[in-house]
Amino acid sequence: MDPLSLKKLNALRRERRAAILLTELTDGRDRVIREGDPVAGSLGEAVARAFRSGRSGAVEIDGNSFFLNVHLPPPRLVVIGAVHISQALAPMARIAGFDLTIIDPRTAFASPDRFPGVDLHAEWPDEVLKSAPLDAYTALAALTHDPKIDDPAILAALKAECFYIGALGSRKTHAKRVERLMAAGAKSEAVARIEAPIGLDIGASTPAEIAVAVLGSVIAALRSRGLMAKDGTGKEQAA
Amino acid sequence: MSDTNEQFGKQTRQDDPLMIAEDWMKAGRDVAIATVVETWGSAPRPVGSHLVIDAEGNFEGSVSGGCVEGAVVAEAADVLAQGTPRMLEFGVADETAWEVGLSCGGRIKVFVERLG
Repeated sequence: MDPLSLKKLNALRRERRAAILLTELTDGRDRVIREGDPVAGSLGEAVARAFRSGRSGAVEIDGNSFFLNVHLPPPRLVVIGAVHISQALAPMARIAGFDLTIIDPRTAFASPDRFPGVDLHAEWPDEVLKSAPLDAYTALAALTHDPKIDDPAILAALKAECFYIGALGSRKTHAKRVERLMAAGAKSEAVARIEAPIGLDIGASTPAEIAVAVLGSVIAALRSRGLMAKDGTGKEQAA
Repeated sequence: MSDTNEQFGKQTRQDDPLMIAEDWMKAGRDVAIATVVETWGSAPRPVGSHLVIDAEGNFEGSVSGGCVEGAVVAEAADVLAQGTPRMLEFGVADETAWEVGLSCGGRIKVFVERLG
C-alpha cells in the first residue's frame, strides 16, 4: 500500500467522508477514491455500486483484478429534543449500531439523570452543530414540537443532505412547518424529504413504540441510500 | 458489533488497524497490511477486514477471528523482506488450512502487501 494512500484514506475517515481504497491485485498499486470523484467505464459502475451498498469486494474488469475496500462513516443519529421518546430511542439506537447525540436547550429536559451515558447537549442545536456538523451519514429526528428549537436543526439537516430527516407533529403541524421552512429559503423538493408524521406507520402510540417507528424509518433510509436520491423520498424503493 | 457497523463505519477509533498502521509507519516501523478480499461459506471476518503486522511480528486487527492469523503473520515477514505482495488462500479444502486451524468450514483469500 502506498503510504500516501493510507494517510489520505485515514484523513477522510477521520472527517467522516466516504472513501474507497482501490487496489490492483496483480501489482498492489492503489489509489483512494472519494465519493463523487469521477471514475470512467465499468470500474466507475463498480465504484458507484460499492459506495451505495457499502460492500467491499473484488471485481474483474478488462482482465484486471481490482479490490474495492469501501469505508463509509459510522451512521449517526442526532435527536433534537430530550423528550420521553428520546429516552426510549437512546438505548435502541445504540443497540442498532448508531452513534447517538441528543440536543435540547431546555436544561430541565436535557438532564444527565434522564439520559445516563448519552452524548447529551443542553444547548441550542446551532451551537452544537457548529462543532459537530451534520452530514450525509447522519439522520436527524426533530422531536421537541417547538419551532424555535426544531426548525433551525431541520434547515441544517436539509443543507447537509442528511440521509434521513423526520419531524414530530401532525399533518397540520407539518403543513405550517413547511411554510416556515420555505419562507426561510428551503427548496420544496428538499422539504418533501422530511418525514412527518415521523416514523413507520405501525400504529405506534406510546413513546417507546414511537421510538421503534422512528428507528425503523432511519434504518429504512440508511439501507436505501442512493435509491433515495433518485426519487426524493425513498419510500417506494425502500418498501 | 452489529451488521450496520460492518458496512457503515469500520472503526475509526484506537483499535482501528489502518489507524494503527499509520501510527507505526510514522514511528519508523516496517508495516505489512493483510486484507480479506474474498470469502466463501462461513468466514468469521467480512471482506475488507485488516490485519497489520510489523517486522517484529507484532500485529493488530484480524482477518479470521484467530484461525489463520499465525500463518498470515509468518507470510507477512517474507512480504516485508521482499516487497512484493502476495495472495494467500485458506480453506477446509486445503490441508494447510486445517493445519492452521480454519476448521469452521469457510474459505478466505487474504492479500498481503508491504506499506511503502
